[in-house]
Parts: sequence; structure tokens; C-alpha cells
Amino acid sequence: MTQALDEIKIGGLGSSRKRVEDNRFIRGRGNYVDDIVLPGMLHMEILRSPLAHARIRSIDTSKAWEIPGVRLVLTGEMMATRNLAWMPTLSYDTQAVLATDKVRFQGQEVACVVADDPYIAKDACEAIVVDYEPLPVIVNPTQAMAEGAPLIRDDKENQHDNVVFDWQVGDKDATDRAFEQADLVSKLDLHYPRSHPSPIECCGSIADFNRATQKLTVYMTTQAPHIIRAAVALVAELPEHMIRIVSPDLGGGFGNKVPVYPGYVMSILASILTERPVKWIEDKTGNLISTGFGRDIYLHGELALRRDGKILGVRMHTTSDHGAFFSDAQPSKFKIGLMHSAFSCYDVPAAHLTARGTYTNKAPGGVAYRCSFRVTEAMFFQERMMQAAANDLGMDQAEFRRRNFVRDDDFPHRTPFGFLTDSGQYGKCLDVGLAAIGYADFLKQKEEATKHGRLLGIGISTMTEPLGAGNSREYDILGIKMFDSAELRVHMTGKAILRTGAKTQGQGHETTWAQIVAHELGIPAEDVTVEEGDTDTAPFGMGTYASRSTPVAGAAVAMVARKVRAKARKLAAHLLEVSEEDIEWELGRFYVRSSPDRGVTIQECAMAAYSNMPDGMEPGLENVAYYDPPNLTWPFGCYIATVEVDPQTGVWDVLNVVAVDDCGVRINPMIVEGQIMGGLTEAYAMASMQFITFDTQGNCIGSNYMDYLLPTAWETPGYELHEVVTPSPHHPIGAKGVGECATVGGPAAFVNAVMDAIKDTGVRNIDMPLLPDRVYEALTQRHDVSGAPPVRTDD
Amino acid sequence: MYPSRFRYEAPRSIDDAIALLRQGAGEAKVLAGGQSLVPLLKLRFAAPELLVDINNLPGLDYHRADPDGTIRIGALCRHAELERSTILATRQPTMAAAAPLIADPVVRNRGTLVGSLCHADPQGDWASVVTALGGHVVAQGANGRRNIPVAQFVTGPFQNVLAYDEIAVEAVIPAPKGTVAGGYLKLERRVGDFATAGTAVALEMSGAVVTRAGIALTGVGGSTIDAAEAAQALVGGPLTADSIAHAADLAAQAAQPRSDHRGSADYKRHIVRTFVERILTRVQPSTERAA
Ligand SMILES: Cc1cc2nc3c(=O)[nH]c(=O)nc-3n(C[C@H](O)[C@H](O)[C@H](O)COP(=O)(O)OP(=O)(O)OC[C@H]3O[C@@H](n4cnc5c(N)ncnc54)[C@H](O)[C@@H]3O)c2cc1C
Repeated sequence: MTQALDEIKIGGLGSSRKRVEDNRFIRGRGNYVDDIVLPGMLHMEILRSPLAHARIRSIDTSKAWEIPGVRLVLTGEMMATRNLAWMPTLSYDTQAVLATDKVRFQGQEVACVVADDPYIAKDACEAIVVDYEPLPVIVNPTQAMAEGAPLIRDDKENQHDNVVFDWQVGDKDATDRAFEQADLVSKLDLHYPRSHPSPIECCGSIADFNRATQKLTVYMTTQAPHIIRAAVALVAELPEHMIRIVSPDLGGGFGNKVPVYPGYVMSILASILTERPVKWIEDKTGNLISTGFGRDIYLHGELALRRDGKILGVRMHTTSDHGAFFSDAQPSKFKIGLMHSAFSCYDVPAAHLTARGTYTNKAPGGVAYRCSFRVTEAMFFQERMMQAAANDLGMDQAEFRRRNFVRDDDFPHRTPFGFLTDSGQYGKCLDVGLAAIGYADFLKQKEEATKHGRLLGIGISTMTEPLGAGNSREYDILGIKMFDSAELRVHMTGKAILRTGAKTQGQGHETTWAQIVAHELGIPAEDVTVEEGDTDTAPFGMGTYASRSTPVAGAAVAMVARKVRAKARKLAAHLLEVSEEDIEWELGRFYVRSSPDRGVTIQECAMAAYSNMPDGMEPGLENVAYYDPPNLTWPFGCYIATVEVDPQTGVWDVLNVVAVDDCGVRINPMIVEGQIMGGLTEAYAMASMQFITFDTQGNCIGSNYMDYLLPTAWETPGYELHEVVTPSPHHPIGAKGVGECATVGGPAAFVNAVMDAIKDTGVRNIDMPLLPDRVYEALTQRHDVSGAPPVRTDD
Repeated sequence: MYPSRFRYEAPRSIDDAIALLRQGAGEAKVLAGGQSLVPLLKLRFAAPELLVDINNLPGLDYHRADPDGTIRIGALCRHAELERSTILATRQPTMAAAAPLIADPVVRNRGTLVGSLCHADPQGDWASVVTALGGHVVAQGANGRRNIPVAQFVTGPFQNVLAYDEIAVEAVIPAPKGTVAGGYLKLERRVGDFATAGTAVALEMSGAVVTRAGIALTGVGGSTIDAAEAAQALVGGPLTADSIAHAADLAAQAAQPRSDHRGSADYKRHIVRTFVERILTRVQPSTERAA
């Protein structure tokens, strides 16, 4: 005779409760960095380089100083006197804060002005005279590696060319042998164009150094406040306890807000020098041309195939463009992120990946744009290669995938590059997807349409991706291990506050973390406040990116709740006057095993923790958990798109999109679906319209929203979502990451669909974005359309 | 994004507005819907000393048809009003087709047709439409009003013939002499994008015979292109597959596109041909019925 709570009613696991944070967001009551106003606050604006590569002969700031209201003008030379002209990146390189010797990309920070208001600061920036001596410009890896190419990083000792790294993984000999045995080798060259995470809120900070207390508080747009605190402590040599980083509401991040940007550092120094709070708010152009981009990588891929469709081996060679500084935000020991997660869902005996990184005169970055460190590129390459191979074999693309999937009973499975996957039902996901799209029917429809000169196509993309870095054995950033944390304090009346080392930026942690607590403790989700982003109060964690929050911090939430429950059990035993062994737990309540109607609620235990604890017991009901996951989580996604291509214009319309996601146990199904729809929209954007390109002078084309296109509700297709649930075997509640799956797996579905529609032309590839003119060119010229979309001019 | 310092005035009469523009002596700018000017201010591509906001001027937010069929669009008539207009829907197919393709709904709520003509962006859609229709702009200055044919109004990219103290108060589409037909097609990469290429086709017919034709092109030259030769080729006969193909070819030849990140010159020319052909092919059956 128990009175178990209804988990859905209290907002526990599986409840699609509305997002609590939306209440303030949709009322305009969010609190973003730019909403914060401190007494005496000054405003900073940055002067950026108009040139992509030039030596700085001189900088004359005298006119700027003369403008009334100007309080400080900083140049690289002045930063250098404090040893702050350069800073370390997250990839063991250095990056200029303010240029001293040269500018190395268009938009690079050259000077900054701090003034009474941002208009004055902007005026003063215009009054600064910089004398540049233009240098030859490099805008792609081919130019970077060419004989006699100008050296971009002449600031670095022992750097004699523009190569950042050469790196490899896999078994070369075994792979060579596999290719010798192949009946057929399928080859494909691909480019994943440069894109930008482009959160609606740009970057910004308010640095507030208090001379009296010696404390530095920085309100800033960061996805990883604790990493920033560590970086500031190490770079600015300030004592760590005197640094407080606060990341308030964030208007999106998508990986863009992981790195340390020069603007942050300048605002900190400016506050120290002026002894006033200094606010820096980046504009959209500044964000697009100077902060962390995504992708920009070329692939040469080869698959060794047996006639019957079995994949024997994989070769991949990537050439990546990192811009002027290698500031990729990724686990330090992997130079090209987790590119080697490619082909993890397929049973491939041998694989070898070689990777070369290059410097160019473009903005630095290489951030994990809604992706676990280059997983997006890995899965795109994989699924484009899979489709080309199926065509080369003359085999149905669904059947070819099915034949190579790792089987459900073959886990744990060592992937070709050495990851260990632990579970999955890949074939089932594909079946659900094919049924939903009506695969057989569509193929008939397509055949019929062909007779009337219409071009229909279907594209499939299936993949498993490694989410939730890390485990600390393998994943660290600059030596800091990639675990995460949660701290739970249950108040006297059974309400609670939860803090984690993650940092929500739209994912809905305030809603979902409370649901995990509700699941573990039976405290209604609405009784749990979730707080993140303040390093003075939150436990140390590595922040939110790479879909790691639920796998790592979310696991920590479950673990800390379990610790709290263990103490509550002792309190319950005390209240019920039985020994702990005689107590049972059901959601929200402990009871005596032999007489179930004798029980106490979790709220009664909480009260006792402050008012009636047993002798010798420490008062209070709270704990902290640091969670180091045993493995990554491996969600699976199957994305299928159908399209129709207009043969006269190359314009293609999406007919249907089906997504089947297996992200394990869904904490809040509504939020999961939102993440998938958002991810598919970004995937559609990449496939259809989005890219940042450069002309030969290094001018950035894509510096505003007229050129860098984000899809709107008008052209975004509708999506049909399905699920398969294979719980993660090691995550405490069986959840896996999901925030990025559709962004990662989606693009190949759209591209494969268009390629399928024009298959009869014999064209193997059109590189993204599939703008109508590129599709039309392929259709009419019957050749591949490859490489970065060129900035063509006739003159 | 912070514009340079400027003075702002919002006069309540057109005479005051003109007087302010005089004072500004060339350093003043009219502010209508602000959908082109404000971005330029924010990027500091434009830095006028004075902004004369005309949004408070009375009697300019209209569009109407005169009894003879002349259509008049006041300087404060927004794109959105034209998109919802029953006058255009029933009488002016080229304009009705273009209105929902201008920018996005948010921009359409503020931006004006007259402002778009004044702005003279080679990628502006209305300039092509009004050119194809043979329309004109009414300008008012200290010395009264004058009419300027649209084809002469725009002198180059972002340049028009208005004197610094003149305000464009109205755009006029002359009354048609026969039945009207036509359309507007635009290739854009995304809603709210400017045209990769756009084509405006406006016809007047007497039975199946074309009595007047206008074809103008968006985004394929340094300014709006009046494909007069292509249009002229249609006049005097019925629309046939041959005449359509011929006009479409001439229109494509009239285009002077540049290759850029929206597409190659050849592609844009091909789109012009395809779109002119598509519009005329759609018109053809209805005129055959009329015959
Ligand atoms: C995101 C976005 C997308 C857009 N997409 C398109 C598109 O696809 N197609 C398209 O055609 N346009 C597009 N536009 C431009 C839009 O149509 C503008 O509204 C239009 O070009 C200008 O009209 P306005 O009333 O906003 O003029 P304003 O911005 O106020 O003024 C523009 C210029 O014209 C002058 N001016 C305006 N009115 C008068 C007048 N009555 N007398 C004298 N001078 C005047 C101003 O001084 C200024 O120089 C887009 C704009 C934006 C912001």
C-alpha cells in the first residue's frame, strides 16, 4: 500500500514540461551581458584590420585621444608592455590580442578605444591612423602549401612554412592490405565549406576590476566559465580566487562562445587601467569576421569494397584551414578533433586517416560548431562516401548501409579508428526511417517522374557519433580533464537549488536538470532552482559544448541526487525509528519494508536535516558530485530527405524529411524534439545556402546577414520525427547527447538527395552549399562542382 | 553598430521638410521606411548631418486607382500595403506578383515603394516593375512639382536625379489602354534575400495582340535594366512559342550580369531567359482564350 508519485506529474523523466527559462525570455526579461549596467561603466570598441595580410608600419592614436569622452586607447605595443599582446590558444598555439607586427586576417583586432559611450568610442576608432604595408594573401590550403608561399606565422620560432600540423591515426599497413584485396575502390573528394555558428547574441564582456578588494569580476558570453577563469589566472597572472567569471543568460553559443577572444582580454586590461567597469559588445560583423568559425576542410576519401557490398577498408586524408592562429577548441591531444569517429556505425576492418592543418590569412577558430569537435565533418564525409560507393557498386543505398552496419549483438564494438561503441540498433532505426518516408513508393514515384523529365531524389544519412567528452583518460583541454560536476542543496522545506559546471545557452538546463532531480528524489521539478555560470558559486566544470552536458553534467546531477538520497535515507531511518536496512525507497518517499504505510516523504527528511537530525549526524542535506564518465555516449541518427530539382534553374525543393533519433532515454521529449528540429534546420542551411568565402585579397564574403544566410521560417522545410530508444549502458539514467545529432547527420541527407536526383548525369559531387547555380552547372556541364564557392568577378 | 552623429528632424508639412532639406545643403537625407538607409547609417557607409524623417507628413500613405486606371502610390505607402492590395490584385499583375517577393514581412511593414525607387539599388525589385510599366516619379521641391519617367530617374547605382531639396512624393503607373497581363519572377537564395536575378514583364493586349510591352531586369547590371528591345519584339503580334523564345533571348542579351557569390554571369543570363519565358508562357493561354 504505497503512494508512489506520478513521475510525469512532478515533471520527472519523460515529462515534456514547458521550459522554465522561456518565461523570462519571451517576456523580454532575460539578463544578457548587454543588459547589465554597472555604475561608472565605460564602453569599448575595437578597430579591426581592413586588410588580410599586412605589416603594420605605424599606428597613430593621437587624434583619438583628443576626442572628448575618450578614456583609453590601447594598441598592441601597449599590450606588449604587460605581456598581453599575445595569448595562448586552447590548441597550444598563440594568438594576437592586439596586432603588433602584422595583421594576419581581415577583421583582426588592431586597437581599441574605451570611452564614455560606444558612439564616442566608435568615432575615436575611426580617428586612429594605421599605416599598413600590404603583403601577399593566402586564402586556402593549396596556396598555403605552395612553394615560396609567404610565411604567415613569422612570429613563431621554428615555423618555416604554413603547416600547423601533420597527424595520423589508424593502421596504415592493414589498410593498405585491405585495398590490395578490394574488388573496387570508390574515391571522392569533398569540401566542407567554412561556416559560422552565428549565435544571435554576439560576444561581449563587462570587466570590473575593483582596486580596493583586488577582485576582478567579468560578466561575459562564455559557454565555459571555469575554463575562462583558469585561463585568466594563468594568462593575466591574477590569483584564481580573485577572479569571478559570470556567464549570465546567453543568446546561443553553438561553440562560438568557447574560445577566449581578444575583446575579453582587452576589456579586462582596460578595467584594470581605468579602474572602471568596461563593457565590450561585439557587433554582428565583428562576430562573423573574427570569432570562431566552423569546418573549412577538404577530404580525399577512399573506400575499399568487395563486390557484395562489404567495406574492407577506409582511407581518409583531410586538409584543414585553420586561419591565422590555431585556436581550435577541442580535446588537446586530437589535432583534427574527433574526425576519426568516422565510420563508427559500420563494421570496417581497417582504416587510416592522415590530416594536415594549414595556416591562412583568415579568421582563426575551428570551433566545434554544434558538434563534437569535427564530428560534423566526419559524418558528412562518411555519408557522402557511402552514397558514392553504393552508386559505384550499383547497389541500393539503404541496402549498402544495412550490410555494413555493426550488428545489435556485436557490442561493445571497436571502431576502425579505435573508439569503443557500446550499444545501438542501427538497422532498426533505418527501417523506421525508410517506412516513414515510404521508401519503396518513393522509388516508384521517382522512376515515373523521370519519364516526364522531372528530377526526384532521395538521400539517406545514418551515423553514430561520440558525444559527451570525455572520460578523463583520453579527453583534456590543456591538461584539464573533461569531467563535470553538480552540487545539490535541499532546503528545509524540501525545495532545492542545483548548480552545475555546465552552462546552458538555449538547451534548457534549468528545465531538464530539475527533471533529473525529480526523477531521483521525487522533489517536483518546479521546486528545484537551477543555477549555472557563476564561478564563485558553481562547482568546477568544463562547460557546455559538444553535446556533453547531459552525458557528463547530467550524469553528475543524477549522482549528486543519489548522494543526497543516501543521507535522506539515514534521516528517514531516524524518523521512522527503524534501521536503515529496513527502509525501502519509492519516488519521493521512504517507507518501512514490513509496513509500507509507515513512511516519510523526502520533504520530511529535508526538514529533519535542519531540525531533527540524529545525534552525531552532520546537519543539512546537500552534496556535490564530480562525474568522470567511463565512456562517451553513442546516439544514433537516421535522416532521410526527398527533393525535387528544377532542371531549368537548378533550384531544389525539399519534399519530405524524416529523422529517427536514438538518443537513449529522453529527459524532456519536447526539448529533444526542439533540438532535432533546430539541428535539421542548420543542416538544411549548410546544404542549401550557408558559407563564408573570401576573395583573392582575403576580403570576407559573409560578414553580415545579407551575405551569410540563416534560413527563416519561410524556406525551412517541415520535419517528421521518430525515435528508437537504446539506453546508454553506462549513463546513470540511460541518456545520451542529442543537441548536435541532426546538425551532424543532416547535411549529407540533403546533399545525397540532390545528388540522387541528378545521378543520371554521372556527376559524383557538388560541394556545399548546393546553390542553384552550382546544381545547374553540374546538370548542364555534367561535371563535378568542387571546392569553396568561388567569389567570381569578371574583371 | 553605432552610426555617426546626426541631427534628426521630423517635420509635419512637406514645405517644412523641403525647407529643412534646403538648410541641409546636400548633407541632409530623407528618411522614409528606413529599411535601406538605416543599415547604411549603422555601417557608417552613409553619414548625413541631418535626417529629415518624412513619416509624419500628412497625406502620403496611399495607393489608389484613378477613374481612368492610372495607379498612384504615395511616398509613405508601405510594401505590405501593396502586398495586400485588392487594386493591384485585380488590375496590375506585375506589381501584384512582385509585392510579396520584396524582402521579408518585417521589412515590408516599413519599407516604401517610392523609397525603393529613390534608393536606386540595382537589386531593387520595384524599379524593374515600374520601369516595365513605363511609370514615373513625381518630385516636389520649392518650385513645385515635376514628373520624371523612371527610366530617367535612376542615373546609376544608388543615384537618382532628385535635387537635394526635392522629395519624391508619388510614383505613377499610367493607365493601360488594353487588357493588362504580365508577372514578376525573382530568384533568391532565401526569403529576404536580394535577387540573384529578377524579371518584370508587363503587357497590354488588344485581344491576342500585344499592344504595349515592357521588360525590365533586376540584379543583372549596374542599375535596373530596361530590356526595351526584347519588349518591342513582342509588340504588334500575338504571343507564340517563337516570339516568346525570341523575346527571352533578347532579354538575356540585354542583361549585363557579373559573376559573384550569387552565381556566374552565364547562369544569371540563363535565369533571365528562363524567367521571361516562364512569365510569357503563363500569359499566353489566357490571351489565346481572349482572342
Ligand atoms: C533585410 C532587407 C532585405 C531587403 N530585401 C529587398 C528585396 O528583396 N528587394 C528590394 O527591392 N528591396 C529590398 N530591401 C530594401 C527595402 O525594399 C527598402 O524598403 C527600400 O529599398 C527603401 O525604402 P525605404 O522606404 O525603406 O527607404 P529609406 O531606407 O528610408 O531610404 C532609402 C533612400 O532613399 C531616399 N528616399 C526615401 N524616400 C524618399 C523620398 N520620398 N524622397 C526622396 N528620397 C527618398 C533616402 O534618403 C535614402 O537615400 C531590403 C531591405 C532589408 C533591410
